[in-house]
Amino acid sequence: MYLSSIYIEPKYIDIAKSSLQPMLEGAIVNTIPLTLISFIIGLILAVLTALARISNIKFLQIIARIYVSIIRGTPLLVQLFIIFYGLPNLGVTLNPFPSAVIGFSLSVGAYASEIIRAAILSTPKGQWEAAYSIGMSYSQALRRIILPQAVRVSVPPLSNTFISLVKDTSLASLVLVTEMFRRAQEIASQNYEFLLVYSEAALLYWIICFFLSIIQQFLEKRMDRHLA
Amino acid sequence: MISIKGLYKQFDQLEVLKGIDLEVEKGKVVVIIGPSGSGKTTLLRCLNVLETPTKGVISIEGNSLDFSKNVSKKHIASFRRLTGMVFQSYNLFPHKTAIENVMEGPIIVKGEGKASARKKAQGLLEKVGLGDKMTYYPAQLSGGQQQRVGIARALAMEPKVMLFDEPTSALDPELVGEVLKVMKDLAQEGMTMIVVTHEMRFAQEVADEVVFMDGGVVVERNKPEEIFNHPKEERTRKFLNMLQ
Repeated sequence: MYLSSIYIEPKYIDIAKSSLQPMLEGAIVNTIPLTLISFIIGLILAVLTALARISNIKFLQIIARIYVSIIRGTPLLVQLFIIFYGLPNLGVTLNPFPSAVIGFSLSVGAYASEIIRAAILSTPKGQWEAAYSIGMSYSQALRRIILPQAVRVSVPPLSNTFISLVKDTSLASLVLVTEMFRRAQEIASQNYEFLLVYSEAALLYWIICFFLSIIQQFLEKRMDRHLA
Repeated sequence: MISIKGLYKQFDQLEVLKGIDLEVEKGKVVVIIGPSGSGKTTLLRCLNVLETPTKGVISIEGNSLDFSKNVSKKHIASFRRLTGMVFQSYNLFPHKTAIENVMEGPIIVKGEGKASARKKAQGLLEKVGLGDKMTYYPAQLSGGQQQRVGIARALAMEPKVMLFDEPTSALDPELVGEVLKVMKDLAQEGMTMIVVTHEMRFAQEVADEVVFMDGGVVVERNKPEEIFNHPKEERTRKFLNMLQ
C-alpha cells in the first residue's frame, strides 16, 4: 500500500526532481573533485611508500611501515576529525575541502601502497635481470620495465580502492564539505522525506560507481592488448 | 681478451664456484658443459654481474673488476654493457613489441635517437629472421622467435661478448634449430661467445673450445673433438657417457 502510494503521489516525484539538482551539484563541485584529487595524490604517496618499503634503506622502510600501520589502524572518520577539528588547537586551521583532501590522500596512500608493493614484487625476477643485463640502472629498470607491468596487475585492486573512495567521501559531510551526501542531509532535514532523499543519494553513488567499473573494464582490456 | 682469475661465488653456506680460471680469445666460441649444479650458469651470470662473485677478477678487453674490493654500482653497470646476455627463459619485456624490446637499451641506456635506434633494431630483427614480426608482442611469438628477439635485444647494445645461458633448454625440440642457426651465424661473423648448453651437436660443430665444469671447478678444457672423443678426465668421461 505504502509503496504504491509512492508511485501515485505526484508530490514525491516533485521532491525527487527538485532534490536532484542540488545533489548533482554537490557531486560535481565536491564529491568528484575530492575523489579525483585525493586519488591522484594518494597514488603518488602509494608509489613512494611502496618503493620505500622494498628499498634496502632501513630508515625509509621503518617510516613507511609506521605510516601504513597508523593509517590502516585508525578509522578514517577519526583521521578526518583530527585534521579538521583537532589541528586548529595547534594553530593549523584548514578549510573543509583541503582537510578532506589530506585525509583521503593519506588513506589512499597507505592502502594502495600495499597493492603496488605486491604488484612490484609479483613481477618476475627475470624482468629485473633482463633490464640490468642491457645496462639499465635500478631507476631505469623500475620506470621502464617493472612499474608498467606492475600497473597492469594493480588495476583491479586499485579500482576497488577508487570505488571505496567515492563512497568514503560521504564522510566529508561530517567535516562540513558540502558534497553530495551533505546536500542530501540538508534537503531531508527540510522536508523530512528521509527514505526518498537518502535512497536517491544512494542511487547516485551507485550510478557513479557503475560508470567507474566500466572504465576499469576498458582499462584492463586496453592494457591486455599485448597478451595474445 | 676475457680473463677470469680465481673466481669464487658463495651463496650462504653453499660454495658454487671454487676458483675458476679461464681465458677466452677474441672471436672464439667457448661452450661450457657440465651436470646441473656444476656452477656453469653461475659463472655466466657472474660475467654479466647478475651475481656478484665473492672474490676474483674478471677482465674484458682491458676493463677489469676485482671483486675482492668494493665495486661501485656505476662501475658494474658500465661493465655489464661489455656483455650481452641471452636467458634460458628469454625474459623479453611483455609490454613491448619485438622491435621495442630491441630499441629499449639503445634509447634508454645509450641515449640514442629513436629513429636511428629503430633502424638498427630493424636490421637486427631482419638478421635473426624476424623482419615480418617486428610489431608483435612477445605473447604472440613462439618460443624460438622470442629467443631470437632476445638475441637481437642483446646485440643492440653492441657487446664485446655474447653470453648464452642454456638458450634452447626451454624450447620445443622443433624450435631449437632456428635459434642455433642464428647463433652459428653470429659465431661465423666473429662474435666472441660463451655458451652454456646441453646441445652437444652445437658444441661439436661451432665451439673452438669446450669447457667441462663439475662441482664448481673447471675439470677439463680442450678442442671439441678432443673432449668428445678422447676425454682425459674420468669425470668428463662419465658425464659424456650419461648423455648417450
